[in-house]
Amino acid sequence: MSGFTVPEIAWGPMVPVMVVLLTAVVGVLVEAFVPAAHRRAVQLTLTLAALAGSIVAIAALWSDTERTGGTDVLGGSLVVDGPTLVLQATIALLALLSTLVVADRVTGGEDAFAPAAAAVPGSDYEELARRRGLRQTEVFPLLLFATGGMMVFPATTDLLTLFVALEVLSLPLYLLSGMARRRRLLSQEASMKYFLLGAFVSAIMLFGIGLLYGYSGSLRFADIAAATATPNGMEGLLVVGALMLLAGLFFKVGAVPFHMWTPDVYQGAPTPVTGFMAACTKVAAFGALLRVVYGMLPGMAWDLDVVLWVVAILTMVVGTVAALVQTDVKRLLAYSSIAHAGFVLTGVVALDDAGLTAVLFYLLAYGAATVGAFGLVSLVREQGPGEDGTTTLLGEATRLPQWAGLGRTHPVVAVTFTLFLLSFAGIPLTAGFVGKFAVFSAAVEGGAWQLALVGVLASAAAAFFYVRIIVLMFFTSPHDAADDAPAGPTPAVGAVASDDVADGGTQAAATGVAVATSAPERATTTVAAGEGLTVVAVAVCAVLTVLLGVAPSPVLDAIASVAVLLP
Amino acid sequence: MSDFPWLSALVVLPLLGAVALWVLPTGARRHTRAVALGFALAQVALVVAAFSAFDVADAATHQLVETYPWIPALGVSWALGVDGVGLALIAMSVVLVPLVVLAAWREQGSVSGPTDRLRHYLALVLLLEAFIVLVFAARDVFLFYVVFEAMLIPVYFMIGAFGGAQRRYAAVKFLLYSLAGGLVMLVGVIALYLQGPGGPEGFLTENLVGTALDPSVEKWLFLSFFLAFAIKAPMFPVHTWLPDAAQQAPAGTSTLLVGVLDKVGTFGMLTLCLPLFPNASRWAAPVIVVLAVVSVLYGALLAIGQKDMMRLVAYTSVSHFGFIVLGIFAFTSTSIAGSSFYMVNHGLSTGGLFLLVGFLAARRGSQQIGDFGGLQKVVPVMAGLFLVVGLSALSLPGLSTFVSEFLVIVGTFARHPGVAVAATFGVVLAALYVLWLYQRVFTGPVRPELASTPDLGARERWVIGPLVALMLVLGFLPGPALDLVRPPAHVSLEQVGVDDVAPTVSIATAGAEGSDQ
Repeated sequence: MSGFTVPEIAWGPMVPVMVVLLTAVVGVLVEAFVPAAHRRAVQLTLTLAALAGSIVAIAALWSDTERTGGTDVLGGSLVVDGPTLVLQATIALLALLSTLVVADRVTGGEDAFAPAAAAVPGSDYEELARRRGLRQTEVFPLLLFATGGMMVFPATTDLLTLFVALEVLSLPLYLLSGMARRRRLLSQEASMKYFLLGAFVSAIMLFGIGLLYGYSGSLRFADIAAATATPNGMEGLLVVGALMLLAGLFFKVGAVPFHMWTPDVYQGAPTPVTGFMAACTKVAAFGALLRVVYGMLPGMAWDLDVVLWVVAILTMVVGTVAALVQTDVKRLLAYSSIAHAGFVLTGVVALDDAGLTAVLFYLLAYGAATVGAFGLVSLVREQGPGEDGTTTLLGEATRLPQWAGLGRTHPVVAVTFTLFLLSFAGIPLTAGFVGKFAVFSAAVEGGAWQLALVGVLASAAAAFFYVRIIVLMFFTSPHDAADDAPAGPTPAVGAVASDDVADGGTQAAATGVAVATSAPERATTTVAAGEGLTVVAVAVCAVLTVLLGVAPSPVLDAIASVAVLLP
Repeated sequence: MSDFPWLSALVVLPLLGAVALWVLPTGARRHTRAVALGFALAQVALVVAAFSAFDVADAATHQLVETYPWIPALGVSWALGVDGVGLALIAMSVVLVPLVVLAAWREQGSVSGPTDRLRHYLALVLLLEAFIVLVFAARDVFLFYVVFEAMLIPVYFMIGAFGGAQRRYAAVKFLLYSLAGGLVMLVGVIALYLQGPGGPEGFLTENLVGTALDPSVEKWLFLSFFLAFAIKAPMFPVHTWLPDAAQQAPAGTSTLLVGVLDKVGTFGMLTLCLPLFPNASRWAAPVIVVLAVVSVLYGALLAIGQKDMMRLVAYTSVSHFGFIVLGIFAFTSTSIAGSSFYMVNHGLSTGGLFLLVGFLAARRGSQQIGDFGGLQKVVPVMAGLFLVVGLSALSLPGLSTFVSEFLVIVGTFARHPGVAVAATFGVVLAALYVLWLYQRVFTGPVRPELASTPDLGARERWVIGPLVALMLVLGFLPGPALDLVRPPAHVSLEQVGVDDVAPTVSIATAGAEGSDQ
């Protein structure tokens, strides 16, 4: 080994990432020095400013990158090229929208997070913290650290940086998953599961990196790619190493057979965090996958094709089939996100520029609908008698039967959710359709029309469960749903009585009395108003979904103009 | 005025109507029905004006053409334009919409005044009208596909939210059937584009026509398109969603669904399958002709056996769509022109039947044939109109459907005599299902519970009257309408590359034959 050479660092292109990470560090200091009463406002402002600033910085870098094709920063460990900028902008934008959902509080000042995450669930200390109105404002710096890691992840051209970025984005997510205010044990279980499986996969990936290093003598993607061109008798190392590396990435995108964590974690994590994870992690991980597949392993395309094909088909089929039988909105969206990972993979398989553009667009379209959908899920609440007998908001109403009749009681929420579902289903005039069209045409162009066919058949089957929610919201009255619902602890009489109240508009006082007298333990479904932050985020997502569906040209052109990966 | 974007205006106007209905301020909601009817009638006026800008002598070429880039990166343009067939279908649809609006006047719980349900329903009708115009006018395969799929959503809600007891089942069945067909077509659309010239206008139909395709590729592409259209049309054996949908949907929805939307299937076969995949069309024609005849006979037989009037009308449509498909794939100019004309007439005839059955059902609270009897003496006007509309379904001479059915059979006979003979049995069966239905519902002793049934009111006469008038006019004077559909038929035949077979019977009603290119 020769001596250590100091890498040349081009600071300019690093600004978008640095802004986010440095603000995260400042956020930690804020926790220490700013009085508790002001922390939330300060943290929220800082977070939003950092993400917005990051987007502005990306915009400033854009024209340069379009002209030069990109810059090598950090001595070849990071590359800021067109796809990097697109992915970073997508991540920053989706993180910004997610932050709004994360920060929102319903009436009474409750956010989605436990007042003291370290308290044992059900303990006196937890109750005390709740009464004192404590907040975990650490959520914001954690969010920023994760976002920073995600923005580095798709920019790396070096296996070690790839691994570091993976850990930077994962560790905050493990923590955030365990911080739900309601159903804390479920949340902590999710966190634990995510952490254990994530750590396991990290180890596998690290081992794969070791094997690849052993094969090529380098950690740089370009060097490994060069090494694959000349057989040296150690191809076994290469194949096993590459597969282990891919396993790590497949885990992060939630592709079958590395998807087991997805439904549990998506269901257990606080809903705003689920939205953030589902959208941003997937964008980042697919970015990294693109770079690995296109930049490091093109020499192995022949062997990799089989793996990618099998994983893509399995992911589409398993995600779709499993989603068909779900009865919980969050689990259903989790399986649907698995199916979407499969659709994106069909674009990755194409292995050309059209595929690159298609994947980048799909991720944006999918991310917008995902953040919006989970944002709405976080607003649809159970409503029931609080401890003093008046009506208070309880946890989220995630069981599907609870969504029955939402189209009548809350038409705007139902219509917006329908829009996101239609986008997921790929119905024309929504962003999802253009995305699907783009990835499938890339796949057909790349000679993988069989994949596209599996894709459209899976889409047709997937439409069934999206439509099921629409049927439930618009064509089903809560009575039918209560009858259909699997037997719960609720007496049927109480169900009917309280649902009548929900039907007749929710005058708070009337509801309180009726519920208190007729069905003390029965919760009705309502939509929380929040402070308006979630509403803003959802509205932006809805507008994006429609705009990208009706007039996708500017975005498609912009992406296509820079869709060249630097080695 | 020739530069005026007539077709875009025809798309935008009902769209504005739908938006206007949705944002109607609370104070103005009692005018819901007037607003909806106003937009629908303005649309009729606009279509008349568009006719004046259309050169009938040149009906074979696409006119009123507009082309703007939409998504150049994907090769998609906002390209509109109609030949005679497209314009005739647009006109037929636009005429049906105000009648559907009128027919819905007292539906959806709005006997005393308009309800919110009615407002949403009428808004969906207008939204659907915009999609209908767009789908018949699209000259871009991608645009056609987008509308083909997007129009499922309003129909889905029109069945699922406003229909009968089993509406949820019917709506989901309709949607999933159509989506499955449509998504398979999507693969075909993508593959076709990649085979074509590409570029920012790569989806324009005229750029794709004449693309040299590998024979096996062409067959697969043809099948992917044809499956979607056959489900839409609907043809045996993929018709099973239609009776459920028609039975559960409100009468107005069924009218638009069967009378107009299903035409998109046959229209797509005629304007996309034949010109884009001529060789595969010839390859598949024998099988399709047989399936079409099976549709004709099977639909008619099942119609005879139905107990529910809406289902009965739905099955008659399966039979009629069999005729239309038969005419298209018999590959003679006479049969194709007949099929094109049939599409218009079927909309009028079936629309009339659905609306009349809707009026009957609203009076009795039932669609079961067994619940009726002897109504002729109680409601003579309705009985008379029902008979006329019913006779149009069995193609009585003097009514427009006769002309088109005759052209289809004569044209088919010139190429496949045996097939034409078999299809003719469909006409016989049609007489059976129509007259037997009339007999059971309107003749015989008056059932006591029906004795005080009110006859058609002025509003309802205004719904059926125009339809009957149009059927009579087009029945006695089909010339102008045939001028619209004959030249495009010759073009279709040229595109598919089959020599015309002249029918041995001369047709008195034949219009200007020399206007084809």
